[in-house]
Amino acid sequence: MSEDVIKVEGLTKIFNHELKAVDHVNFIVKQGEIFGFLGPNGAGKTTTINMLITIMKPTEGKASILGCDIANQSNEVRSSIGLVPQEYTSDDDLTGYENILLCADLYGIPRETSKKRASELLQLVELTEFKDKKVQTYSGGMRRRLELASGLINRPKVLFLDEPTLGLDVQTRAATWNYIKTLKKEYGMTLFMTTHYLEEADSLCDRIAIIDHGKIIVVGTPTELKDSLGGDIITLSIEKDVDITDLIKGIVHVKEVKKDNGSYMIKSESGEVTAPLIIEALRKANHVVTRLSLTKPTLNEVYLQFTGKSMRDAADESRDSAMTKRMIAMGRRTH
Amino acid sequence: MSNSNGNSKNRMHGLWALTNRELKKWYKAPAVFILTLIQPVIWLGLLGNALNLSSLIPNNIPGINPNDVLKMTFGTSSYISFMAVGMMAFTALFTTMFSGMSVVWDRRLGFLNKVLSTPVSRAVIILSKVFSAALRSMFQAGIILLIAIPLGFQVGLAFTPLSILGVFAFLFLICVGLSSLFIAINIRSTRIETPMAVMNLLNLPLTFASSAFFPIDKMPDWLRAVAYANPLSYTINGMRQLLINDTINYSDLAFQYAYVGIFAAVLTTIGIILSWRYLNK
Repeated sequence: MSEDVIKVEGLTKIFNHELKAVDHVNFIVKQGEIFGFLGPNGAGKTTTINMLITIMKPTEGKASILGCDIANQSNEVRSSIGLVPQEYTSDDDLTGYENILLCADLYGIPRETSKKRASELLQLVELTEFKDKKVQTYSGGMRRRLELASGLINRPKVLFLDEPTLGLDVQTRAATWNYIKTLKKEYGMTLFMTTHYLEEADSLCDRIAIIDHGKIIVVGTPTELKDSLGGDIITLSIEKDVDITDLIKGIVHVKEVKKDNGSYMIKSESGEVTAPLIIEALRKANHVVTRLSLTKPTLNEVYLQFTGKSMRDAADESRDSAMTKRMIAMGRRTH
Repeated sequence: MSNSNGNSKNRMHGLWALTNRELKKWYKAPAVFILTLIQPVIWLGLLGNALNLSSLIPNNIPGINPNDVLKMTFGTSSYISFMAVGMMAFTALFTTMFSGMSVVWDRRLGFLNKVLSTPVSRAVIILSKVFSAALRSMFQAGIILLIAIPLGFQVGLAFTPLSILGVFAFLFLICVGLSSLFIAINIRSTRIETPMAVMNLLNLPLTFASSAFFPIDKMPDWLRAVAYANPLSYTINGMRQLLINDTINYSDLAFQYAYVGIFAAVLTTIGIILSWRYLNK
């Protein structure tokens, strides 16, 4: 059996001959892992998913899922994948149960099988109690769970999740992660997800690809990515204005010391071990530490390192450019 | 029949599921359902009963029997009967127009993407919309017929219970053709304004340039030319032959079936071809 479930080579999508939404993307997703696409809005995440789930044709490049080509064997691909889309696609006027059975019918699953699977899935996402209520009475979190259950009705070998917690509050988001983990454990499929929440990528994904402006910037496990920054960061100030750089450099695990405006930025492989040692050493040399903080690198720092801007800035930027475009369009219309 | 996931390989699977979804959205939402029942009543009462053309002909002119005048013009002495049949076709037009809108809604709400990611055939997606619109219109047209009876609907001498089947065959064909047309027009659209504009543009011309309210041979030449091309005219004339006329011209009837049937077949084919091409982005 092939280890590589999703194989993507030079995948490119150009809209209207000019807008490169996805630009020669390469990656491999291995059997049983949760692979995350992390990037700001408009980075090309949904476009990539849409090509992989065969509803958008790539302009260039190719991709295969479980050995089936997304362009030439789209029907084989479709029957082995599941989708949890960004939007709430369940029908408001139907009950949760009817919605999930409808999904089953789209895969041509016989009724006895689909009824059994639907009850089982509704149980797992804890919606059994509400299964005969119309979806319009559901909360956002319940709708998400219904989408999750619907996406699994055909026992997919690969499940695609497009921004699975978009628009949910922090608590519901964390609860949804748990459902995703439970379902993954129960059915053991491979997951491909997109997100622009750093915490989400960090807590759910086995491997992450950071994507920006349609290009993959870096791929790795969350730990690898964080480690690539060179470890924890200790920021420290002392009372007297003397240079203690050399003193600190000699301490275990310290990799780099920078003096910046009276305070010191120390990179360490293990901040917890280094910090007390530094205080100890400084006290012995009769220095008084006035301030010390220890930061573990987060994906935000990783993002900052690789794209040169923080995630938030990137989101703002894409909103700004959308706004500018809209204003230009409006201007044209009025003149 | 099935692969390892237990999924069927039948190409038409999902057709009934998707058709039923559309129907459920209609009959499970009481407000919508009641409105669709009230609408034909209003039309019939307003146009068939309130604007009663037979009252325009004075009945005190010696030598002229108003019933004969009506019969010569409309093929029946009861204008409400003439109108009711026109109304049945009008309802078909109205209901099928919304199938174009529902494609746009499904696209906007993401439901279309979800369906497209499943192995359902693209043609099935279109056909489910076509069939659900046809079933809804046929139901509404049946209601119109039932309501018209207490309002004075009179069947012609040529009427047999079999004619009812013939009428529904006409309705089915015209609905399939029309909803394929409206879906084809809106298949690429992402804006809800597009189908609305199309509906507004086509609704009245298609109705009035047909034999729905007025006999074609009494129309001015230019309008008659349009009405002769309009498949609604053939549907209405065919249904009138079956329901309210005293004699049936079978060669006319055959031609009317053929015209509406070809209209339906051609537009459904176009709809399916467009669905292969344009449902995917």
